[in-house]
Amino acid sequence: MDRILIPEHMWSSPKEDGRPKWDNKFQYILSCIGFAVGLGNVWRFPYLCQIHGGGAFLIPYFIALIFEGIPLLHLELALGQCLRKGSISAWRAISPYLGGVGVGSWMVSVLVSLYYNTVLTWVMWYFVNSFQDPLPWSVCPLNENRTGLNEECYESTAVNYFWYRKTLNITPDIAESGTLQWWLVLCLAACWAIVYLCTIRGIETTGKAIYVTAIFPYLVLTIFLIHGLTLPGATEGLAYLFTPDLNVLKNPRVWLDAATQIFFSLSLAFGGLIAFSSYNPPKNDCEKDAVTVAIVNSLTSLYASIPVFSVLGFKATTGYWDCLDRNIISIINEFDLPEQSIMRQNYTDWITFLNSSYPEKIAGLKLKSCDLQEFLDQSVSGSGLAFIVFTQAIILMPGSQAWAILFFIMLFSLGLSSMFGNIEGVFTPLLELQIISKSIPKELLSGIICLVSFLIALCFTLSSGSYWIDIFDRYAGSLPLLVIAFFEVIGVVYVYKIKRFSEDVKWMTGRKLNLYWQITWRFISPLLLVIVFVAFVTLQIQKPPTYTAWNPKHEDFPVKEEKAYPPWVQAICVLLAVLPCIFVPLVALFQLVKRTWRSKDPSFLPPEVFSCQEVNRNFSHPKK
Amino acid sequence: MFAFLLFVSDAQNAFKVRLSIKTALGDNAYAWDANEEYLFKAMVAFTMRRYSTKTTTQISNVLLCNVTDRVSFWFVVTDSSKNTTTVPGSEVEAAIRMNRNRINNAFLLSDKTLQFLKISSTLAPPVEPSTPVWLIVFGVVLCLIVAAIVFLVVAGIQQRKKKNKESTERENLEEKGEVTITIENGIPCETLDLKAGHINGVFSADDERFTSL
Repeated sequence: MDRILIPEHMWSSPKEDGRPKWDNKFQYILSCIGFAVGLGNVWRFPYLCQIHGGGAFLIPYFIALIFEGIPLLHLELALGQCLRKGSISAWRAISPYLGGVGVGSWMVSVLVSLYYNTVLTWVMWYFVNSFQDPLPWSVCPLNENRTGLNEECYESTAVNYFWYRKTLNITPDIAESGTLQWWLVLCLAACWAIVYLCTIRGIETTGKAIYVTAIFPYLVLTIFLIHGLTLPGATEGLAYLFTPDLNVLKNPRVWLDAATQIFFSLSLAFGGLIAFSSYNPPKNDCEKDAVTVAIVNSLTSLYASIPVFSVLGFKATTGYWDCLDRNIISIINEFDLPEQSIMRQNYTDWITFLNSSYPEKIAGLKLKSCDLQEFLDQSVSGSGLAFIVFTQAIILMPGSQAWAILFFIMLFSLGLSSMFGNIEGVFTPLLELQIISKSIPKELLSGIICLVSFLIALCFTLSSGSYWIDIFDRYAGSLPLLVIAFFEVIGVVYVYKIKRFSEDVKWMTGRKLNLYWQITWRFISPLLLVIVFVAFVTLQIQKPPTYTAWNPKHEDFPVKEEKAYPPWVQAICVLLAVLPCIFVPLVALFQLVKRTWRSKDPSFLPPEVFSCQEVNRNFSHPKK
Repeated sequence: MFAFLLFVSDAQNAFKVRLSIKTALGDNAYAWDANEEYLFKAMVAFTMRRYSTKTTTQISNVLLCNVTDRVSFWFVVTDSSKNTTTVPGSEVEAAIRMNRNRINNAFLLSDKTLQFLKISSTLAPPVEPSTPVWLIVFGVVLCLIVAAIVFLVVAGIQQRKKKNKESTERENLEEKGEVTITIENGIPCETLDLKAGHINGVFSADDERFTSL
């Protein structure tokens, strides 16, 4: 017992330096995994696998994981753990010129939190509607004079109608804002209330909530996996997903998609991971944590794609069978053949026979050509997968209410655990600003953050809201992250100097930094980031940005109409992409000016250079 | 042949019927034979009688024609008072519409599996509960959330009040110079009394703070 001269507060509270900490390591790992594993693992990765040659996509994906994902993740976790500060203060501590990196990631976390919770609002809306029998998206409502079905619904499908009309009440153009949809406002309020409930005291409360929100999705995915594999057509779907087509590796687009998917999937450069690891004790093996989190994230993506594609295969097979059945009925009725004389199996034989004997009659029937491949090819990603394709598949399953409820609770948990990371990325840096932390209790600060975010996010509940969410997703949640991550790596490796950082990591993990980390941090990861950034920007600039609008009056309805963004919207897109990035040079410039002005003052002393070990000198850790 | 002539001349009064017995009943499907045709004629005659008490349609007034394997056929209803004319199609249609349910049930079929091709079935109005179900579920969820938030906030305020009270109490005690015996790890804290403590040179070396790796 060698603690003789210890400040008093160490006895009374568990916080050695006043900083909250995780209850146990499992909570921390679970929070990082929950942050990384989000909606994208379910609705983006399987889509990418499908369009980029199935199993072959795993090759660029794992290469990107090894050379980009894991190194950057380790860097962020080590940084947060070493400096024990949120993103803004951490980067300011690394070098005052790099303070802008922290501000940039804070800004991105704010923008992403705003629109991400609106996606959860849609999930919640579908969840509360799943308690009805029949499910509201399975039947078309009648039109006004009760003579037939609603026209918009009849021409598209009941599922499309429920999504575009009953949920979003979407306008045909982004410039037409429409009004606030009161049902979405209610659900948005509920979502922000849930977020407030879980983040009310920072990691004290999210640490408890994460046990449920991070583990529950895996349970549901397993249930869906088992059920999905028993559905007819599941094997076709899985074969379609995983059959490798190695030719796609020649297409650079595939490599770009793999790199961006890994990057965005691991939620890098948000500042949330730095916040999470800042609550760790300094002597924690961040290297093992980084590898664990990254691998679990990728395995989850793979695991999730199995039930997704079983269900999609089931849906395609059912659609194919319906198509065949409709044709068979037409033929039987036309030729007055006995029932069940034509089955799905001998359909092609009959067709060839009838075509040769009665070609005009067959032509007069206007039979649709039924091709299973065509049904399987209807690939969708993003919200379309969850709210249109999957909901349609759920209607076809017996006990659809239960499946719908399970599915939407799973999506909600996945999104909520990612929201915790986003909110931590906003909350922790604010807590460290001296003015705020002294005067306001934590509960009030998190309440203010949630309330202000709710009010701003009301714009997304307008009729044109989903177009704006696409914009935020495409511009605020993509490009700035690449820039910030690049400056993160460069900042640590070349400004803070990798030798010093290696010493710090060695002090924290107890092992010397091996060659893999040295090479990836110094050269490979920054290089990859530059390449991805350049390729990304090139692709965006190549054609003027367009969006697809749901317009019932369009001639090709129900195909969506492709429109170009008006100039003022394009300006907003550019603003969203540039605003977080602009803080990096701005803050650097500001500091430069301040230094040169201050250095003229003879009493001015340059700030001391520090290292992780000195920051943690006053931290006495418990005996293991 | 007589029936055939009727069908040809009064095509608008003839109706095509299509049955899908195997689709409806699967393994319990019955075969369509002369007895079933007799039942059908009987049902149509019954329908006509029910529709208008004036008519005395007999089974022999209902004529079937062109029965196929599908099972589909045409039928007309003749008027017994005027031997060679058929009952107008609109009357037959109205009669069948009125008694559609009885006809379906006689054959264990439904509107979809016993089709009268010119007679469309009416659409059922949608069932709408007075309060939308989703609003009820939403209300439940929201109540739970608000209750939990209130609980946490109140607990936080109480905790803060307790902490403030404790720290003021401790300050009061220290001012009065009282020593409370608290035991930590088997060592009474008074030996570690901070106000009376002093630095023990042996233990203050920095290296000892960190456990050696």
